[in-house]
Amino acid sequence: MNTPGLYHILFISTALFFIGVYGFFTRRNLITILMSIELILNSVCLNFIAFNKYVWPEKLDGVFFTLFIIAIAAAEAALAIAIIINLYRSHNTIDVNAAEEMKY
Amino acid sequence: MPDFLILMKSELLITLIIFTLLLFKLGKGLANEKILSLVQVLLLINVFVSAIGNTRGSIFGSLFVNSPLIGFQKTTLSLGVYLISLSFSGWFRKHAHLTEFFVLILSSLLGMYFLLSSGNLLMLYLSLELSTLPLTALANFELEKKKSSEAAMKLILSSAFSSGVLLFGISLFYGATGSLQFDIVGTSDVITGFPILALVFIFSAFAFKLSVVPFHLWTADVYEGSPLPVTAFLSVISKGTMAFVLLTLLFKVFSRYEAVWHWLLVAFSLATMIIGNLFAIRQHNIKRFLAFSSIAQVGFILVAMVGVPVTATTAVTYFILVYLFSNLAAFVVAGVLYDHAGIEDIKRLKGLRQSNPFLAWMLALALFSLAGIPPAAGFFGKIFLIGTGAYSGHVWFILIAALNMVVSLYYYLQIVKLMFMEDADHAMPELKTARSDRFTLIVCTAGILLGGVFSWIYDYIQRISI
Repeated sequence: MNTPGLYHILFISTALFFIGVYGFFTRRNLITILMSIELILNSVCLNFIAFNKYVWPEKLDGVFFTLFIIAIAAAEAALAIAIIINLYRSHNTIDVNAAEEMKY
Repeated sequence: MPDFLILMKSELLITLIIFTLLLFKLGKGLANEKILSLVQVLLLINVFVSAIGNTRGSIFGSLFVNSPLIGFQKTTLSLGVYLISLSFSGWFRKHAHLTEFFVLILSSLLGMYFLLSSGNLLMLYLSLELSTLPLTALANFELEKKKSSEAAMKLILSSAFSSGVLLFGISLFYGATGSLQFDIVGTSDVITGFPILALVFIFSAFAFKLSVVPFHLWTADVYEGSPLPVTAFLSVISKGTMAFVLLTLLFKVFSRYEAVWHWLLVAFSLATMIIGNLFAIRQHNIKRFLAFSSIAQVGFILVAMVGVPVTATTAVTYFILVYLFSNLAAFVVAGVLYDHAGIEDIKRLKGLRQSNPFLAWMLALALFSLAGIPPAAGFFGKIFLIGTGAYSGHVWFILIAALNMVVSLYYYLQIVKLMFMEDADHAMPELKTARSDRFTLIVCTAGILLGGVFSWIYDYIQRISI
């Protein structure tokens, strides 16, 4: 077996990114949308680590960036879930279609 | 004094203010009036501190840079936040969690300071999150209102998505150049397509934040649902910061790919001006109306970015200063009307001049400035923006921008006509404007009227932006 190269990993991470984008636009459940965003962020982490390992092995910027992304994604998810819970209290659902108080 | 104390003075001061407020919150807590006056005094000090003694320099391995221009931009933002803290007194006095409100809004402001000063893509990302995450919490600040939670939901989803897109772009850029420093990535010679892909991703992320068409869909809903002070902050301070940062990104980081983003900007600015104007015409809610009018203004800002770097930076910085005064005045009047009479519908502004001449005149002046009618500073701001765009040499492009100004004149003057020419359906009582709201309105009017007359402001910005 060959060991995976940079392009294999880039392929996976790009696929993951667009799966996340697809999920973000098609899903109607807020928690699933949040999960799609996490997919996007994780694909970015994969990208950074792959670039760091294969292209710039002498540098550390990518690894540090990944750590920061993980930390901030946690903060973002916490805030998003708080907002979703509040939305659930007022609308009794977490379907985005129900949030239609404001229209053009 | 050590270097970082001077270069980071406004950031340190804002952090200090946040901790002071937190300490008061930990203790017995103060009455809203006292917190409000405390914050106002501290923010006024902050305006002066960020205005004086801005030197060029960088610290922490150029993670953090400062220059007179960045200092001026920070002063503009500080002034805006100070004016916001002075106005909307009706909303501020009533609210039970005023300390938290100011802690969040100042954290967001701190993020924006760091965003302006960042010299590294990691710093850019971190400060962008610091500036947007508190804002989403602020959008949800009227917990019991359905609209408010919807607005917060839309804001957090769109900002999380856009930061994901931004990160993907940054990761590609890192892969191509092997660095995150602005000055290193900006000058690297890479022949792969990665940087261009990265440019597209990063540009669309900032287009989201600036609500450039077609990334503007969240704007009107978030503006309508959020409490008015938050809407004012979003449309004035946040938008200004993002415009400043986009300038830095385009002219510093992506200066080598100008051939690519030139047409990108032309296309986006045309779409933004036209769609923003067309949608603004049919709005009935005053907040939604201001949202679409601010989208149209962003289109004009993008026109200037097509031009030469130094002139574009000067024109945009000057325009944001003017835009701050005019838009804030409009928001303060909207706030007074909403607080005292519950008015959100534009139709109910009919005959406002008879019942409340002061408010009517102030709103009319703000709208004149937004539309760009000569005595007001907005006219000079628009002239500089479009004049800078004319350097690109596309006559048709400038022509369409000028025609869009005429369209925007139509809907701004529509409101002025409602207020001055028509009689009210129901008699409206004279609304009591608080003294601090009056003060803000007068400061804004002074800015609108004098900002265009004193040409040294523009000259000063031009001198420091070289």
